[in-house]
Amino acid sequence: MNLYPFLLEIGTEEIPDWMIVPALNQLQDDFQLLLDQHALGGKVKSADATPRRLVLRAEHMIERQVDTEELVSGPPKSAGPGAAAGFAKKLGATPDQLVTQTTPKGEYYFLTKRTQGQATAAILARELPNLILKIQWPKTMYWNGKGSERFIRPIRWLVTLLGDSEIPFEIGGVHSSNTTAGHRLLGKPSIMVTIGNFDEQLRTNGVILSAEKRREKIETEIAGLLSGKGLRVKPDPDLLHTLTYITEFPTAILGGFDSQYLELPSEVLITVMRHHQKYFSVEDTKGNLAPHFIAIMNTNADPDGLVRHGNERVLRARFNDARFFWQQDQKKKLEARLPDLKNVTFQAKVGSYFDKTQRMVHLVAQLGGNKNAQRAALLSKTDLTTDMVKEFTDLQGIVGGLYAKAQGEHEPVWRAIYDHYKPVSMEGEIPSTAEGRLLSLADKWDTLRSCFDVGLIPSGSRDPFALRRAAQGVVRIVVEGQVKFDFPGMGDDLREFMRDRIEYYFRDVRNFAYDEVRACMAAGRQDLLDLESRLKRVKAFRPTPDFEPIAASFKRIQNILKQANFEQTEGVRLPLLEPGPETDLYSEYTRTANQPLETRIASLRPKIDLFFDKVLVNAPDPAVRKNRLTLLNSILWDFSRIADFSEIVTER
Amino acid sequence: MTTPTFQDTVFALKKYWSDRGCIIQEPYDVEVGAGTMAPETFLRVLGPDPYRVAYVQPSRRPADGRYGENPNRLYKHQQLQVILKPSPADVIDQYLGSLTAIGIDLSKHDIKFEEDNWEAPTLGAWGIGWQVMLDGLEITQFTYFQQCGGFDLDLVPAELTYGLERLCAFLQNVDSVYDIEWAAGTKYSQVRFEEERQFSKYNFELADVQMLWQLFDLHEKECHRLLQTTDVVLPAYDQVLKCSHIFNLLDSRGAISVTERVGVIARVRRLALGVAKAWIAQTNPAPAEEALA
Repeated sequence: MNLYPFLLEIGTEEIPDWMIVPALNQLQDDFQLLLDQHALGGKVKSADATPRRLVLRAEHMIERQVDTEELVSGPPKSAGPGAAAGFAKKLGATPDQLVTQTTPKGEYYFLTKRTQGQATAAILARELPNLILKIQWPKTMYWNGKGSERFIRPIRWLVTLLGDSEIPFEIGGVHSSNTTAGHRLLGKPSIMVTIGNFDEQLRTNGVILSAEKRREKIETEIAGLLSGKGLRVKPDPDLLHTLTYITEFPTAILGGFDSQYLELPSEVLITVMRHHQKYFSVEDTKGNLAPHFIAIMNTNADPDGLVRHGNERVLRARFNDARFFWQQDQKKKLEARLPDLKNVTFQAKVGSYFDKTQRMVHLVAQLGGNKNAQRAALLSKTDLTTDMVKEFTDLQGIVGGLYAKAQGEHEPVWRAIYDHYKPVSMEGEIPSTAEGRLLSLADKWDTLRSCFDVGLIPSGSRDPFALRRAAQGVVRIVVEGQVKFDFPGMGDDLREFMRDRIEYYFRDVRNFAYDEVRACMAAGRQDLLDLESRLKRVKAFRPTPDFEPIAASFKRIQNILKQANFEQTEGVRLPLLEPGPETDLYSEYTRTANQPLETRIASLRPKIDLFFDKVLVNAPDPAVRKNRLTLLNSILWDFSRIADFSEIVTER
Repeated sequence: MTTPTFQDTVFALKKYWSDRGCIIQEPYDVEVGAGTMAPETFLRVLGPDPYRVAYVQPSRRPADGRYGENPNRLYKHQQLQVILKPSPADVIDQYLGSLTAIGIDLSKHDIKFEEDNWEAPTLGAWGIGWQVMLDGLEITQFTYFQQCGGFDLDLVPAELTYGLERLCAFLQNVDSVYDIEWAAGTKYSQVRFEEERQFSKYNFELADVQMLWQLFDLHEKECHRLLQTTDVVLPAYDQVLKCSHIFNLLDSRGAISVTERVGVIARVRRLALGVAKAWIAQTNPAPAEEALA
């Protein structure tokens, strides 16, 4: 049987870079599913993309589905020839095609139904439009008029090849063919291709199809531009990703700017270069920002230096703006901006940033923050009224910190302001000073509390105020910053929400086993530092041979107590203890009372086992029974302060 | 080849789009914040009739004024606005052709289309598109309109908005828009500096806030009256534009508090949606009933 390669190219206008990879993944998965569902053989081989094309390749596809035979059971023979004829007719056959077979239920009519396999090309022609149009995008558009098909950007061409043949279908007036388009400026607009020469034809026409190769080209060229100059690029994987997917033929160029701009804070310069111009920053060997930048073009050369010149010109204007903002903003001190915060909405239902600031100052004090921390809280949001932050919103906090420093605030104050949006991501660092940690914590906790108070609670993927990130920040600062924090003023919804975030943190970020996290959290989660230390102990103890049996025993104890509906009302009464295993267990329990959990379990475990082996908890005498339950309950209660061991998943 | 002046560039773009079937309109004579707000865009994109138009629209944004002191920021800048309804399949190639037509040798420059979706809440309008970057400079906003006046559009227009000052500063290689040569021997500053200076002063310092609020109320009332009791839509739309501009003035005077802001935007929006509905009903009675139902 011949096997064929397959190629699909969806040609579009420029797709936003950040949407490309998820779409490509879906296309791959959906296509493999299509192949499997229709038994077309074949495996997806690769998926590649540029801003203007999504390309999928598969291999080992069969030309048509294999014919299938199925034995369909009909009426019993006893039903007579009339019923048999009816059965045959229903399946489009004649009675003479029927056979009879003996089954456990008797003799029955059967028909062998043959289904001819369909041509792969026919199935694909039918299914591909839907497969393409069901790719999920964050925001779609229509371009052929109201009610027409939707996609991320207009589809302008389609290439679909199975072996040497085209698979004809149509989307929004575009017919699939064997004709692709090159780079807008470097290539021809119309190029005939085969599966074999596809990449090469694109390459000749100014398109590097492989994202990996585009990335490598960018990296190699940057290295080449900087080598021997005592300069290095400031690594920026996100920017590299963006530039890889915003270009079909990336080429790096080195530009420069007047070193007088280096007087501005490097944070500002880097933000301008990165966020507004998508430039890489360049630093010298000591890590100081150098007056250069790397721009990535979507073309092959800058023969007359015009592109470099143009980019330098734009950057100069941007830096001039930034310098102007810096100078203007200094005319009004941060403290004098406090009343202006009344006009900056934090959240319509919650109030202004002025209100938020007041609450934060109070909360910082409540958490034991010193004068510096309180001062930082007071000034923390005032930079929202500066021109610099209005223009470069990513710099909120950082600008406030820099301005506070320039205005002579103490270092603990300006550092705290500078850091108070940290951590900005799961991996990002937490604030570096105690004041900064308290301020960041107070900011986030206030946001959570006030949003939950007015019912702004994240649900599913909807989290417009980034409350999950705020909650994650709270957990990380408390645990990693060793801050004493007892979640003041927390309502039930927020408690529930925090429980999920705490569990997520210890499980997915800190890699504790999920059942250990559950077990330890069940024993208390108001004090995260205590929770962390208990988790470490349980984790360390888990691989020891006593752990699983004792966990199983605790589960058993819990079941017994539950079944007895037991509530402890008094202590263990010694006279009621039976000599032997029961007394042994009790004395071991009291003897080890001050030992740490780990050693205690080792010595208690055999006693517990023996107790269950030899002693009947459900003693006929109610007083004895009660006393035994009291003993078990006391043991359980002691250990439950560490973890609820019944949450531990054991093999038994 | 000599460097094209500001007006050479305008002429070249108008000629280019005229050759591609556009009506060349003159600027609308009521204050607007963007070319989109001129009726040639806002109203013409509604309904099922094809339309192609290009015009320069002086666009006033009072809060952006800098007294003529900032080399790149202006209270009033000039947009060259092109509407192609419906958008042709080769619209991007046509757009790139317009850059060649104004003297940009694309083989020596870097062009990128970067995601930038456009939205104007006061007009109930939004679209999908890009900012077009030429050597790192945003020179055009390219938008496929999806909705206007709250209505899904029957035909999807492509809107191309060229920022003429930026584009010409680039073409003439000057760092300040005031150094652009408007006509041979005449600088942009000679044509416009005093206007920037005086209007910045008026917009930020002198405009009578109480009078502006009164005007806003009056124009709003007039718009409602026209929509409710007459069959004239175009004069009603002028009232919307008046309200929108007065809102911008009040904003630059710092006269609108946070809580008021949302409410005032909603008032302008209500007017704009009313006009769009009336316009559709008047120009295409049948589809309008559908839209209302």
